[in-house]
Amino acid sequence: MFACLYGSGDLTALACEFSPVVERSAPGAVTLDTTGLDRLFGFPQNIAAAIARRAAEYGLDIRIAIAANPDAAIRAARGIEGISIVPQGDEAKFLSMLPVTLLDPSPELRETLDRWGIHRFRDLALLPPLGIAERLGVEGLRLRELALGQTVRKLIPIEDPIRFESELDLEYPVELLESLAFMLARLLNGLATRLATRALATNELHLRLKLENRTTHESRLRFPVPSLDTKAFLKLLHLDLEAHPPAAAVIHVWMGANPVKPQAAQSGLFAPLAPEPVALKLTIERVKAITGEDRVGSPELLDTHRPGAFRMTEFTGGRGKGAACVTKTSPIQLALRRFRPPLQAQVSLAAEHPCFVAAKNIRGKVQDHAGPWRMSGDWWTTYSWWREEWDIALAGGELYRLYREPGGWFVEGSYD
Amino acid sequence: MSAVPLPKRLESLLENSQNWQAPPPVDTIPIGIPEIDIAAGGLPRGCLTEIFGPLSSGRMSLLLSILAEATARAEVCALVDAEDAFDPCSAAAAGVRLERLLWVRCPHSAEQALKAADLLVQGGGFGLVAMDLGDTSLQSAWRISLASWFRLRRAVEHTPTALVTVARQSNAKTCASLQLECTRQRTDWSGTCGVSRLLRGAETQVTAAKKAKKSGICLPVFTAAAI
Repeated sequence: MFACLYGSGDLTALACEFSPVVERSAPGAVTLDTTGLDRLFGFPQNIAAAIARRAAEYGLDIRIAIAANPDAAIRAARGIEGISIVPQGDEAKFLSMLPVTLLDPSPELRETLDRWGIHRFRDLALLPPLGIAERLGVEGLRLRELALGQTVRKLIPIEDPIRFESELDLEYPVELLESLAFMLARLLNGLATRLATRALATNELHLRLKLENRTTHESRLRFPVPSLDTKAFLKLLHLDLEAHPPAAAVIHVWMGANPVKPQAAQSGLFAPLAPEPVALKLTIERVKAITGEDRVGSPELLDTHRPGAFRMTEFTGGRGKGAACVTKTSPIQLALRRFRPPLQAQVSLAAEHPCFVAAKNIRGKVQDHAGPWRMSGDWWTTYSWWREEWDIALAGGELYRLYREPGGWFVEGSYD
Repeated sequence: MSAVPLPKRLESLLENSQNWQAPPPVDTIPIGIPEIDIAAGGLPRGCLTEIFGPLSSGRMSLLLSILAEATARAEVCALVDAEDAFDPCSAAAAGVRLERLLWVRCPHSAEQALKAADLLVQGGGFGLVAMDLGDTSLQSAWRISLASWFRLRRAVEHTPTALVTVARQSNAKTCASLQLECTRQRTDWSGTCGVSRLLRGAETQVTAAKKAKKSGICLPVFTAAAI
């Protein structure tokens, strides 16, 4: 048996409460397979009444029809108010008075039926099939079968998106990270197995911990490439929890994985050496645990004239950033080693030029100098800056970059 | 026809063409300065190389040249910066592809730098791992035990990674397979003092200290131009 729910609102959720096989038949119509529900509720009337009660709880105003085939149920639900039970074998008689517009004929066919004076299911059902086939073709025959309530088909069920989630209620609150790691390993292995059976991998893990103090700790790990390396995942989760420990003992663990297709690219036979992406991520996280989170990455120069402006970006190993060129083209450049922060300096001037410099670990007479180079920028914003730069050589031969700004004199770095 | 029997001739041919007892040739990374590449033979992979010298002796310019050469070949490199002294603008001007450079900033901590370098070498996959102790005080550098250097050398052995350190003096001693000592030669200025004076560059002399014992002293000179 099949039941059709017709109305407005979230009918799919309502139908899914009664059956795993649910079809979205038409806008506002949902059909479900009620096979087996008779053992729970008894007669079809009782099944319909149970659905109607649940719909009332949801606040839905719906029509319900139960029939031996889904199409008869759909037509009955669309055409008859309230609850309808279509008797098996008498579908044609039950549906006879419904208008043919419920059969959804094409505009041309509808016009033809109108001209013939056929307005009800009964009128169409009485026409001879051979004559319909000759005059109206295959569609006409299909409409006649629908009008008779004699179609046989299977439902096209809604595919529930597969969720890769796993959770674990702990018997007692867990405080130690090592103990928690065992639970995480169990969840990770389960998720990885489920992903592997569907030939999938993951590029993102989501961890949610319910804590004893009724708060939630969440963390999200993203991987550079899809992978199923559970050992690396576990170590990354461990490092993340070490860096951001939960505020209280853990009582519930939930983990979700974002399913994606595994990486199916083969690197070139003569491609240069590069770290394996997941191993690189793990190495970077380990280094971050030593140095601090914002201290590892790839420098990116900013589009500004402000000296030394850069930002740290996530290091990806330069994947997809152009091919290798065999030799570099730039000539050898004199490098600057920066002092971070710049060293405050005491500078003596002679004829407007520095002649003696004293700063932390730097002290000496200026042997040679070039400058000043006057620079300014961002004057159109509230962060405007200006400075005068000198390149100086001390008596010992060391080369420094010296600058003056409103805050005083500073040694920016040494040339090396 | 020669009177020498065939087996003897074959043996002599094989002896001449191939020394079976000799170790396999070491793969090297070019430094990017032809004079030094010819003299030192490049940086050996799977070995520790030291670049040392006083301040403003061109050590960093040499390192940037090596990094530029390696990143231009699409190798992934890492720089462990013990004093947070690396200047990305200088590196970009020297030709370093910054997107292929992992920069680890360990402010004023040689110990952190050693640990980070160890992790990077053991992580594998890097073409070059450089550790910059160039501004680290002599006392801090001396406090790094020889055992730590041995550990680093052992970690990098039998890997395709070249490990390079930059310091004021030689720290790794016997652990380094190649030591390049940089010496300040002269600074090039142009223009009239106080009017149009300009820093043009600095000339550096490089001595391959360890190689010198085997193949004679090599004294290539390179000039680094100011940006």
